[in-house]
Amino acid sequence: MKIIVLVKQVPDTWGERTLDTATGRLDRSASDAVIDEIDERALEVALQYKDGQDAEVVALSMGPSTVTEVLRKSLAMGADSALHVRDDALLGSDLSRTAAVLAAAITKSGFDLVIAGNEATDGRGGVIPAMIAEHLGVPSMTYLDTVEFAPGSISGVRGDEHGTVSVHASLPAVISVTEASAEARFPNFKGIMKAKKKPLDVWTLADLGLDDSGFAPSTVVTSTTERPARTAGKKIVDEGNAGNELAEFLAAGRLI
Amino acid sequence: MSHALAFIETSASGEVRNTAAMLIAAASKLGTPVAVVVAAPGTGDALIAELGELGAAQVYVAETDQFGSVLVAPQLAALEAASAALQPSAIVLAHSIDGREIAGRLAVRLRTGLLVDVVDVRADGDVVVATHSVFGGAYTVEATVPGAGPAIVTVRQGAIDARAETASPTLTTQSITVDPASAAVIDEVHDAVVATDRPELRGATRVVSGGRGLGSQANFALVEQLADALGAAVGASRAAVDAGYVPQTSQVGQTGITVSPQLYVALGISGAIQHRAGMQTAKTIVAINKDADAPIFDIADFGIVGDVFTVVPQLIEALGKRE
Repeated sequence: MKIIVLVKQVPDTWGERTLDTATGRLDRSASDAVIDEIDERALEVALQYKDGQDAEVVALSMGPSTVTEVLRKSLAMGADSALHVRDDALLGSDLSRTAAVLAAAITKSGFDLVIAGNEATDGRGGVIPAMIAEHLGVPSMTYLDTVEFAPGSISGVRGDEHGTVSVHASLPAVISVTEASAEARFPNFKGIMKAKKKPLDVWTLADLGLDDSGFAPSTVVTSTTERPARTAGKKIVDEGNAGNELAEFLAAGRLI
Repeated sequence: MSHALAFIETSASGEVRNTAAMLIAAASKLGTPVAVVVAAPGTGDALIAELGELGAAQVYVAETDQFGSVLVAPQLAALEAASAALQPSAIVLAHSIDGREIAGRLAVRLRTGLLVDVVDVRADGDVVVATHSVFGGAYTVEATVPGAGPAIVTVRQGAIDARAETASPTLTTQSITVDPASAAVIDEVHDAVVATDRPELRGATRVVSGGRGLGSQANFALVEQLADALGAAVGASRAAVDAGYVPQTSQVGQTGITVSPQLYVALGISGAIQHRAGMQTAKTIVAINKDADAPIFDIADFGIVGDVFTVVPQLIEALGKRE
């Protein structure tokens, strides 16, 4: 069983995150870049299977040179190898292009199962796994809270806004997992040392048989504006009457 | 005017989901709104009156006996067929769990552009312009689909308040089948029983949230009491979720739900960036916290440095007296 886990480098959600208002793109220099925590859980789902069964786990990411760090972390956690799709022509890729390029890398690598996080903490789109599945022509099951492996198939419980749905699909397939899926393990010292010797291949668009010319952008950002920062209003220290004062404030603002 | 398709989600028993009104309204801003819905054979007609009420000029029903047994593939086939028949300028879906999967696949299948989690749409001539609220509302980004289209757009749930005018829709019924081998199969559906009359967090006009400052799961009842006194939805900070006071579905923040209510009340929440990004576009923010230096006070319109366990009961009593 060959499992490809998609990992993304994102700005740390515990810090300020900034867009470049001229290009609409993420200002990567403005925040700490980390592996998206949901992708650590996706990797954990693959590694738990590998703990008990014969499996090869490959971490795949697309992005600039800094992405090497998140792939090294994936290797330290236990992935067998890593693939980094890196090409200057990919700067500012939209959803459609990202999905097409990742699908090409997955096809070149070969796979039985692709596992992704349900949605990245920066883009919050949650559509890339389904787009990749469509490119690959395989079933997809997104937003799985639990994942069960069986020979030739995969099943799980998918939580939606209204409840849960039990689903299964035959392999090969693409799944995405939620925060409820697994607690990610920490890389230990042995894992970190071993990671240094594991293969980390870098592929360009040319390596994937894609060239830049065929890609017309399918979406265009036309403006990016920063919202003015909020300012503090009235602040009082409770001296026994704050609850009543708050009720008056709410009434004055017609909020009750 | 060209057509704009609104994809209508339904429950397993065929009831229209509450995102329908918002989606038909969004479609009506972009073209002649066509409601596209998948239904079990013979059940589609029942939806016409309701969708007309919401403003659909046309209802396109894709009937299939695979409804409820194959995951998203019938919905995808329905939109593909409706798109081929009607050549719409836009296809709008909810940015729901199902909506994202359908939209993502549809964009690849139709080779067109996809704009997700938008909070508003408008037509600029023939071009669909979508507004995104990025990083918890810190940025507003506008984007378009420049190609021949159709533009595929997922709309954040509860983001569009406008409603379309009631219409008397025409009906198109199309029979569809999909190859179940290329799709996931639904084994069982458990729609959660709604155990509360409280408003849903997504799209709520008032929200009361609790944080680590509540101290325990039992104490979190205080948040619920105030929410009920205000007719508000209940939310929580990540710290409160991680501490096990409330399920993750209540989490407001960068890794949870983004809310934009008229009133947001933060109880015992310090206001880490992680949380602020999920609520800072609220119209009015009220915060109660023991720690005078809590960052939540930097964005609060009314801040109280005090103990939630004395201030909130007094507030609830005061609210009761006003009624």
